[in-house]
Amino acid sequence: MGSAKTNIRNSKTIRKTPPIASTGSIGWIRKNLFSSIPNTILTVISVYFLATIIPVAFDWAFISSQASGENRFSCSSSGACWAWIDQRWGQFLFGFYPESERWRPAVAFILLIPAILPWLIEDFFWQRYLRVFSIAYPVVATILLVGGAGLPEIPTDKFGGFMLNLIVGLSGIVLSLPIGVMLALGRRSKLPLIRYLCIGFIETVRGLPLIALLFVSNILLPIFLPTDVTLDSVVRVIIMVTAFAAAYIAEVIRGGLQAIPSGQYEAAQAMGLTYFNSMRLVILPQALRISIPGIVNTFIGLFKDTTLVIVIGLFDILGIANAMVSNPDWMGLSTETYVFVALFFFVVCFSMSRYSLWLERRLEKKGPHEW
Amino acid sequence: MFGKLAAKLKPISLRNFWFDKYGRGLLLQFLVLLCVAGFLATISINAITNLQRAGLSSGFGFLADQAFFDINQRLIEFSSQSSFGRALVVGLLNTILVSSLGIIAATVIGFMAGILRLSNNWIASKIITVYVEVTRNVPLLLQIIFWWATLTSLPKVRESINFYNLFYFNNRGLRAPSPIFETSFLWLALSIIFGISLCIFLVVWARRRQHRSGKTFPSVSVGLTLVILIPTMVFQLLEQPVVWDTPQATRFNFRGGFNITPELLALWFALATYTGAFISEIVRAGILSVSTGQTEAAKSLGLRSSQIMRLIVIPQAFRVIIPPLTSQYLNLTKNSSLAIAIGYQDLVSIGGTILNQSGHALEVVAIWMVVYLSLSLGTSAFMNWYNKKMALVER
Repeated sequence: MGSAKTNIRNSKTIRKTPPIASTGSIGWIRKNLFSSIPNTILTVISVYFLATIIPVAFDWAFISSQASGENRFSCSSSGACWAWIDQRWGQFLFGFYPESERWRPAVAFILLIPAILPWLIEDFFWQRYLRVFSIAYPVVATILLVGGAGLPEIPTDKFGGFMLNLIVGLSGIVLSLPIGVMLALGRRSKLPLIRYLCIGFIETVRGLPLIALLFVSNILLPIFLPTDVTLDSVVRVIIMVTAFAAAYIAEVIRGGLQAIPSGQYEAAQAMGLTYFNSMRLVILPQALRISIPGIVNTFIGLFKDTTLVIVIGLFDILGIANAMVSNPDWMGLSTETYVFVALFFFVVCFSMSRYSLWLERRLEKKGPHEW
Repeated sequence: MFGKLAAKLKPISLRNFWFDKYGRGLLLQFLVLLCVAGFLATISINAITNLQRAGLSSGFGFLADQAFFDINQRLIEFSSQSSFGRALVVGLLNTILVSSLGIIAATVIGFMAGILRLSNNWIASKIITVYVEVTRNVPLLLQIIFWWATLTSLPKVRESINFYNLFYFNNRGLRAPSPIFETSFLWLALSIIFGISLCIFLVVWARRRQHRSGKTFPSVSVGLTLVILIPTMVFQLLEQPVVWDTPQATRFNFRGGFNITPELLALWFALATYTGAFISEIVRAGILSVSTGQTEAAKSLGLRSSQIMRLIVIPQAFRVIIPPLTSQYLNLTKNSSLAIAIGYQDLVSIGGTILNQSGHALEVVAIWMVVYLSLSLGTSAFMNWYNKKMALVER
């Protein structure tokens, strides 16, 4: 090889630190906030926006707010007046439910937790027994809320507040899922009559605003029912909300059913499974799994829609808030009241959407063949 | 089909009938038909007896009767002497008004928010995230009532919040200058139309030429210049084609200008921000659905980033965006019926009033159904057409 001239270096290289401008917090700030001129402008606008909004809002809600007092006149501070919460929180939660009996909805709510968790989380402790309990739960809760079995009866027109939202929302959720599954299967049925009936129902319900449906329940149901039969207004609302959500869920599940490759249907048939069994064992478990995000979104929508009951004269939490805002003692405290009510819905709906995200990720990790 | 059926059913026995696919299907449908027919018969008999008992006639004749109520928010003339039918038309127009305003605003908000959330600016994307999560997880009805309560608790007319002596906010809504068109405005309108059509012609010509010869032409910038330049020149030539009637404060109210009621403002704002949050998620998902391979391929072909966005990403993203977007528009239109809670008189609200006054519940509900169903069927027809047009043509 002749000469030994190589490009090998004999001295050690000096280890250089990475340029400050692209690592660490300064690098992060440069990359995420000031990477270009438009980006910098955007940052400046955003910071200005936050700097004007946050101190004012914080000051209004906490620092110069007042949390005690008899009525709005005793609120002398410039910020929010939270004094009414102390007086009115019972109404916001339970409506006009008699005060001495308010432990009953509270107990029903506490019992809801063990009834619902074994369905949300797999391998929950005592899962099997708790699931049996949750099937019995609707009966227990109805007895607790309405009365009977030794408890004094409470007419449903005393129901109100957030309790009413939860009752209507949860009943709607529980009832609309099976009906939605049946409607989705019916819409894909090979029997023309059943298919067209399902399409007709789904499209009619989805085409109308829920408010119009609630009107219908209020005005048309008495016309269509026999003269001596009356339906409780809360039951009517639950029926309408369920029908409304079921139509939307049917469409979500139809999307899931369409996404199942036809090989699955054919394989189930080739195994000799009946229609019912092929749906129960092969198709629906897969289709429902794909549809979970859509189903949860529909549930969130359903829960938000429970506020519409104020239009037909029920006093849910929003109805109570409206009544309070026009009450002379607390008139003009609309911002405080509605922010307070919004918090309730935000907590419930936001946790539902986070749960759906968590479930989606978990199912993705487990792969398509495990349930 | 019936021949086939007859052949299948040849040995007529109950067992054969039950174990035959056609026979069983037929039997099942027959049973369902029986149930539905029975159900319909029962409720119609009930309805007839109930209506007779209440002494109500049925039919749409009542639409010609006099409506004894007033409507504040109206686009066409209406007084308490007008008919129920006209009241419904006023309601329909109000629904269309707030829906179209809402759709425009929601689209703008949604696209801006969706793009900002994807931007690499950390603060901006976090602000948008908070906006989206808060508006999506709070009932729309609550938001509408909240904005309405906020707007109606603004200062009284005499202490209006003044913007440049042109816009006044007070508890009766927004007072804004209204344009008065002179006859010479016709020329201005014609020049705007001319500019726009020239621009369209230019774009089409430039695209054809590029397809033919490969030569590019800055059609967008030239076209925009034309659209702005021609009307501006015409505007300078004419003597005041538009005069603005600015509101003047009088002792108790304003003279001149036009007023937007707090109901319309609150409904518009709430619908736009609520639906805008949903649209922003749709836009985000649409843009994310375009795989990075597409962008990289476009980059390696030497396209500039604006071209990549315009020619590669947006057309593909729109294929994903349009179907859910149309259903959001439909949702917004249906949600506009929440107007009833704050007294904005839309189709459902006026229908409800008529229904209470005249007792013609069935007919009013039928009108609602016809209007909303034709809206939603029209939208889904458009969606199907668009899907077919835009569907990925695979090899």
